[in-house]
Amino acid sequence: MSYSVTEPSSRQKWVAGTLVVLYALITMVPLLWIMMTSFKTPPDSISYPPKILYQPSLEGYVNLFTTRTRVSPEKLASLPPPANFAEEIVRDRKMVIAGPSKFGGRFLNSVIIGFGSTFLSVFLGTLAAYAFSRFKIPLADDLLFFILSTRMMPPIAVAIPIFLMYRKLGLNDTHLGMILLYTAVNISLAVWLLKGFIDEIPREYEEAALIDGYTRFQAFYKVVLPQAATGIASTAIFCLIFAWNEYAFAVLLTSGTAQTAPPFIPTIIGVGGLDWPAIAAGATLFLLPVMIFTVMLRKHLLRGITFGAVRK
Amino acid sequence: MAEVILENLSKSFGHEQAVIDMNMTIDDGSFVVLLGPTGAGKTTTLRLISGLEKLDAGSISIDGRVVDNETPAQRDVAMVFQQYSLYPHLSVRNNLAFPLRSPILQTSKADIERKVSEVAEILQISDKLDNKATELSGGEMQRVSIGRALVRDPAIYLMDEPLSSLDARLRADLRIELKRIQSDLGSTLLYVTHDQIEAMTMATHIGVLQEGRLVQFGTPREIYENPNSIYVASRLGLPRINVLPADLFPGTAGLAHSIGLRPEHIAYGDGVEASVRRVEHLGDQTRLHLDLAGHVITALSPAGDPYQAGSTIKIQPINPLYFDDGGQQTVGRIS
Ligand SMILES: Nc1ncnc2c1ncn2[C@@H]1O[C@H](COP(=O)(O)OP(=O)(O)O)[C@@H](O)[C@H]1O
Ligand SMILES: [Mg+2]
Repeated sequence: MSYSVTEPSSRQKWVAGTLVVLYALITMVPLLWIMMTSFKTPPDSISYPPKILYQPSLEGYVNLFTTRTRVSPEKLASLPPPANFAEEIVRDRKMVIAGPSKFGGRFLNSVIIGFGSTFLSVFLGTLAAYAFSRFKIPLADDLLFFILSTRMMPPIAVAIPIFLMYRKLGLNDTHLGMILLYTAVNISLAVWLLKGFIDEIPREYEEAALIDGYTRFQAFYKVVLPQAATGIASTAIFCLIFAWNEYAFAVLLTSGTAQTAPPFIPTIIGVGGLDWPAIAAGATLFLLPVMIFTVMLRKHLLRGITFGAVRK
Repeated sequence: MAEVILENLSKSFGHEQAVIDMNMTIDDGSFVVLLGPTGAGKTTTLRLISGLEKLDAGSISIDGRVVDNETPAQRDVAMVFQQYSLYPHLSVRNNLAFPLRSPILQTSKADIERKVSEVAEILQISDKLDNKATELSGGEMQRVSIGRALVRDPAIYLMDEPLSSLDARLRADLRIELKRIQSDLGSTLLYVTHDQIEAMTMATHIGVLQEGRLVQFGTPREIYENPNSIYVASRLGLPRINVLPADLFPGTAGLAHSIGLRPEHIAYGDGVEASVRRVEHLGDQTRLHLDLAGHVITALSPAGDPYQAGSTIKIQPINPLYFDDGGQQTVGRIS
């Protein structure tokens, strides 16, 4: 490395690095605890003092995905030998698997609603942001302010009107209803973030494409979109995180068909008390999609955060 | 290739009048250079012709067809922008091929390949074809954006200061190359520049713009030898034309308000006495900065006469340009 006035010294870097890593570790402890709990047996999960070292078990995950019933010892002895590891774990607890739990369905609902509303928010947001950025729109500033104003109070403040409206429209407990709701909340963020990104793309790029024989839409698609990828990726992550984690509206508006994972996970109850390993297993699985999505887009996200500062 | 006619073009942005009542005919196969300082309306003129800006008034026809209501794509023009026209997400090859792949041109794969390598050869970027556009130096980027125009065969090429970000040597090379391409193909070209050497060497016609108006249009010789105002006269010639009160010299007193002296309009030996303030040796020429009754004159030293700062020298005008008190050229030349 060559000497530079602006480059921090290696000692400064070392101190800063240590602080960041320490802080990261501390914030990760609860996550780690959840993941550890998901691999404990129910007795281990509530033992005191808490166990750091334990025999890992998949019981939490088995319980998460199944419903079980207790059977008499005679009945248990008369059953054929267990067909798989899940049955084996359940029989050790003197129970048999009665069927699948609702978790799979709720998780799928989360995926459909989370990704569906993210796609819709980003899709509509990109088109609107492009229009605001490039065209002369009457009252553009007022419209943008109006769009932002939808976020000036917490969304839950309008819970009751929305609840009544949804009941009238038959949108209660439907995928479509939840997608529309989350899109409505996210769209203002999407329009504002994306407008910033698109404003940064010089118009000359599209103008060159227009002169070269492309239509406005083709220029948008071939020239603007690839360059807005950074902004679109970061916006998508923010939208997904909101829709994925949303709890209050999900509790209020969904109960069955369209119930998402957040209201469902805390309701997992084992036989004779809360089944902490199963809840922890649900939470762990619930964390994964956003993590994977973020890791997939991290290259864009990092560029997105520094956007504007580092461009030539 | 085609003739382009501008009739009474006007364009303003709010209160800013960028182009005012402009008339110009760009003949088929001509190389027209627009000269003027920043803000004169050069870029706006190109954007009006390309259709990126809507006319406030006037009319444009290309190849006998009025194009006022056509989209940029329909007008069949190619444009090199002053800045930013390479797509950063594409390779150099794909940047060059981009115009050829448009739905209007729909060039075959083989033709694209051939055109792209031909143009890359001319612009000396063949070895960069597979680089990303962002991995190029400023000069290379500018060459690629010229290339993006050259791959096409449009009615007219519009170029907005295409060589301004290049270093001197490359600029000289490309100047010659562009001129050669243009005359070989018989292309029509409208070219904006600040650089008078580019204007003098490449242009078949020069249009001089002043605050949105076309103040003179003619061949480089006409513009240089017979500028219709002090403003136009100052656009061309190095060192710049010297503008002095006409009554400084007995021979010109009373003929006009002021006279314009280019270095070749100054004769040494007789006339009015001036003192040499400074001598600049530029290698191929030596410039003298003279003081004549408080007026500064920049002149060229006659060959073999090593004047020195502090010495005096007698000068008189030969065939100067005459201007009235509004800076317009007036008759009154003595030949
Ligand atoms: N999009 C625009 N909005 C407002 N004013 C503009 C715009 N484009 C050009 N102008 C104004 O028009 C005048 C001419 O500009 P331009 O054509 O870019 O000049 P040049 O290319 O000769 O430097 C300038 O005063 C400039 O400020
Ligand atoms: Mg300009």
